[in-house]
Amino acid sequence: MKHVKTLNTKNLKNSAAKGGCGECQTSCQSACKTSCTVGNQACEK
Amino acid sequence: MIHKFQFEDNNILMDVHSGAIHIIDDIAYEIVEDVIALPKAEVLAKYEGKYAKEELEEAVEELLTLKAEGMLDTEDTYKDLVPAFLNREPVVKALCLHVAHDCNLKCKYCFAGEGEYHGDRGMMSLEVGKAAIDFLAKNSAHRKNIEVDFFGGEPLMNFEVVKGVVDYARSVEKETGKNFRFTMTTNGVLLNDEIIDYLNEHMYNVVLSLDGRPEVNDHMRPTVNGKGSYDIILPKFKKLVEKRGNKQYYIRGTFTHHNTDFASDVLHMADQGFAEVSAEPVVAPKEMDYALQADDIKVICEEYERLAKEMLRRHKEENGCFNFFHFMVDLTGGPCVHKRLAGCGAGSEYLAATPTGELYPCHQFVGMPEFKMGDVWKGVENIEQRKKFEKCNVYSKDECTSCWAKFFCSGGCAANSYNFNGDINSVYENGCDMQRKRLECAIGLKAALSE
Repeated sequence: MKHVKTLNTKNLKNSAAKGGCGECQTSCQSACKTSCTVGNQACEK
Repeated sequence: MIHKFQFEDNNILMDVHSGAIHIIDDIAYEIVEDVIALPKAEVLAKYEGKYAKEELEEAVEELLTLKAEGMLDTEDTYKDLVPAFLNREPVVKALCLHVAHDCNLKCKYCFAGEGEYHGDRGMMSLEVGKAAIDFLAKNSAHRKNIEVDFFGGEPLMNFEVVKGVVDYARSVEKETGKNFRFTMTTNGVLLNDEIIDYLNEHMYNVVLSLDGRPEVNDHMRPTVNGKGSYDIILPKFKKLVEKRGNKQYYIRGTFTHHNTDFASDVLHMADQGFAEVSAEPVVAPKEMDYALQADDIKVICEEYERLAKEMLRRHKEENGCFNFFHFMVDLTGGPCVHKRLAGCGAGSEYLAATPTGELYPCHQFVGMPEFKMGDVWKGVENIEQRKKFEKCNVYSKDECTSCWAKFFCSGGCAANSYNFNGDINSVYENGCDMQRKRLECAIGLKAALSE
């Protein structure tokens, strides 16, 4: 494409199908302790 | 839903419900809302005098292709996941273990009130610590990865119990099939060679509290004698990190109304050799002199951008840069949408245990009687309270449902919402403004580094 460069082809819908195992880190245990940022947590699968 | 913004020379377009992120040129940036809302012929007619016909048609076609491929204006279907998610079996898989309600620093902004959480000073006994591990093993159902954060006050004031709890948990792992991951949040005062080696061996993550520049740190983080703590702790933190190898750690500061130029504190810590840095806005009643005020937010957002641009410069000119916790974002993987709906899990899968074994929704609620959930022996008995926390998700708040950042912050911090609005199921608007700015910087950095 000439006008668009896509950085990722992530589709959250796909993660809905396989996700929800709950094994990932509880976000507050990482570094924040006050301001939740879930988007930087890693998936354990 | 889309969100578009500019960072450095890039126009960035986010498709919220697919998670796709695009860098687009100026024509696409101007017309994208119309391409979504209007028939193609109307879009072409609207912009025909402004752009060359061929260019315009090409841009419209490319945006329509994104839409056809599910990467633009994607429908929000996640609300349908909420009922199943609310009916999940209650599981507790993470505990903030308050091994010491006492502290050897006298930080002015401490939400724990110098460590004792507005109650009595006290140390957790090994008996309570073991009961907490048993509680987790019993209530974590089929979850394998279990997290325990040694917290305080200052957890190293009760180091023998920390070691005892770790030993006990390791012995329980074999029979239960669990994998305990320990973290510690420490102010560093008591670190010595023996403790450093122990933490580096046993702690999956360590969070080291330092606020940045010496004068900033020492103003808010004095010792009990009123002296500065910077010179005491910095050499110890450096030694710990030097010996830690590749294991996870963060050097973590709190910024307040007194240092809204906190990017200088982040850069100071990075320049001291720390590669993993975090800085958090203070949570405080607004009447306190150090509390962030509404007028500070614009300055803070500019400061996040200054930090991001300096990080970009270091990446490009110095061939590498430290990590800033809130600018780390995984655009190709990251958590599933279930996790993104539910957030930190406070009050449900994440609880805090006090030195006497009482359970609270998280460390921020400890000492508030109305939030007591139960204890480590009987488990969670305040089911009503647990249900309130379980119900918090991005679709339980209108402000979150309509926000482009919802799948990155997941509804924010319940304690912040409660402290500012008296309701856990609400939003802390200043926090939202800062969060959105952090995300724009995080994604903007990724885009700039993808060139």
